[in-house]
Amino acid sequence: MRKSRMIVGAGIGLTALLALTACNSGSPTDPGTGGGDAGGDEALWEVATDVELEGSPTFDRMTEAGEVVIGVKADQPGLGYEDPVTGERTGFDVDIARWIAASLGFSEEQITFETIPSANREQEIINGNIDYYVGTYSMTPARDEVIDFAGPYFITGQGLLVAADDDSINGPEDLQGKVTCSVTGSTPLQRIREEYSGEVTERQTYSECVEQLKAGQVDAITTDEAILAGYVALEPEELKLAGEPFSEERYGVGIADGDTVLQDHINTLFTEGGDVWTALYEKYLEPAGVKATQPTIE
Amino acid sequence: MGVITDNLDLWGEALLGTVQLFFGGGAVALILGTIVGAMRVSPVPIARAVGTLYVNTIRNTPLTLVFFGFAFALPPLIGVRASGPAAMGFAIAALGVYTATYVAETIRSGINTVPVGQAEAARAIGLTFGQVMTLVVLPQAFRSVIPPMMSVFIALLKNTTVAAGFSVLNLGSMRDWLSERGENQLLVIVWVMVIFVAMVLLLSWAQRSLEKRWTVAR
Repeated sequence: MRKSRMIVGAGIGLTALLALTACNSGSPTDPGTGGGDAGGDEALWEVATDVELEGSPTFDRMTEAGEVVIGVKADQPGLGYEDPVTGERTGFDVDIARWIAASLGFSEEQITFETIPSANREQEIINGNIDYYVGTYSMTPARDEVIDFAGPYFITGQGLLVAADDDSINGPEDLQGKVTCSVTGSTPLQRIREEYSGEVTERQTYSECVEQLKAGQVDAITTDEAILAGYVALEPEELKLAGEPFSEERYGVGIADGDTVLQDHINTLFTEGGDVWTALYEKYLEPAGVKATQPTIE
Repeated sequence: MGVITDNLDLWGEALLGTVQLFFGGGAVALILGTIVGAMRVSPVPIARAVGTLYVNTIRNTPLTLVFFGFAFALPPLIGVRASGPAAMGFAIAALGVYTATYVAETIRSGINTVPVGQAEAARAIGLTFGQVMTLVVLPQAFRSVIPPMMSVFIALLKNTTVAAGFSVLNLGSMRDWLSERGENQLLVIVWVMVIFVAMVLLLSWAQRSLEKRWTVAR
């Protein structure tokens, strides 16, 4: 009996050890940009009052619930980031989401943010679990068939992130014989796999890829340059962007299919709110070295 | 049907990944499991202790954690990069090492069905422990445990989807990959289910024919 207890004890110890190592592949501790944004945002926009959107089922649902549920990302510094300690959400996408909510008459207290992984975005919108989604959401024809997009509000392209001292990679053609990391099944990963040579490896989040890059397990990370720039801004000594973007990704706001009233409302907001856009851009993305101008609405 | 026909390349690769994981993991599990099962009934105390320790630690660990160890912790330790074929290798090792504990216990239960007189008679004519096991006990033990052994392998087949979280393309990855290509992910999951049901039916058929061929006349 005593012997088997010892064995069980050893098993528990080993399990705990594995669990601890797993937790260690952690996220960045510093959001980099942002901080104290509650004060800064009030100057940028005001919560609208007496908003009426005739014929928008999404808006009716929000008003009835008295709150707006927004799908965002949580692991992309500078775009959509949730501080693991304070739980505070910062980033360009998150503030765009807040701005839209304010224009619909919802204050910060009435916003519920939901972290939704890429693969679940369409389904969450179709099921009505979220009212709209703002999080590096590329407007593609296939997605447009099942949901609707407002925007684009930002245009970026697929880029490469490498270690700061690595001069061997200057574009996707240099990936031969290298290992590239990206998020499971993501479009940038599929593109590298199909159009360029070199091996790919998948992780659940970009932060995990960054850890792998710093540990020397991979040579490059690929996804949209705006996302990668956020990581460079966090650790400019260790990471850098390599080469020029080699695709065009147009970020839009994902909304329920057929809700043209809400779509028009958000598009008008973007068109008329050029100064807010510029202020958010200068706050989050320009310091990270992302060059962009506000795109025109389609 | 468009979900399948529009992405035939990916379905083919994913199915190949699942089959590789199943046969690779199954081979490792069968060999390792038989050795460990035999160790657990061997007359050498150290062998028994090692076998018991192995079964009790690995079988009590969730498969995902075993995968974590093999896919993330082990490669940097031994200085190997886990990508491409190497990632597949580590995934096969994780599945094999995990499933081997179940195989070992199944075989041990089979060994217990072989009457003691068989082993005693074999020893009496001068066979060594290895010969007793390989010539007399294990052949009889295997035949009596085909149904539970097949259950272990069916579980292994479905467990291969865990590898999708560790950078190995298989049927479990299809939801992520195809939703990114704009397919309806619920439909993708239904198709993945259909393929798995078909593959398990194939295994059940193999089980029935093996049972018929290998029935022990008692």
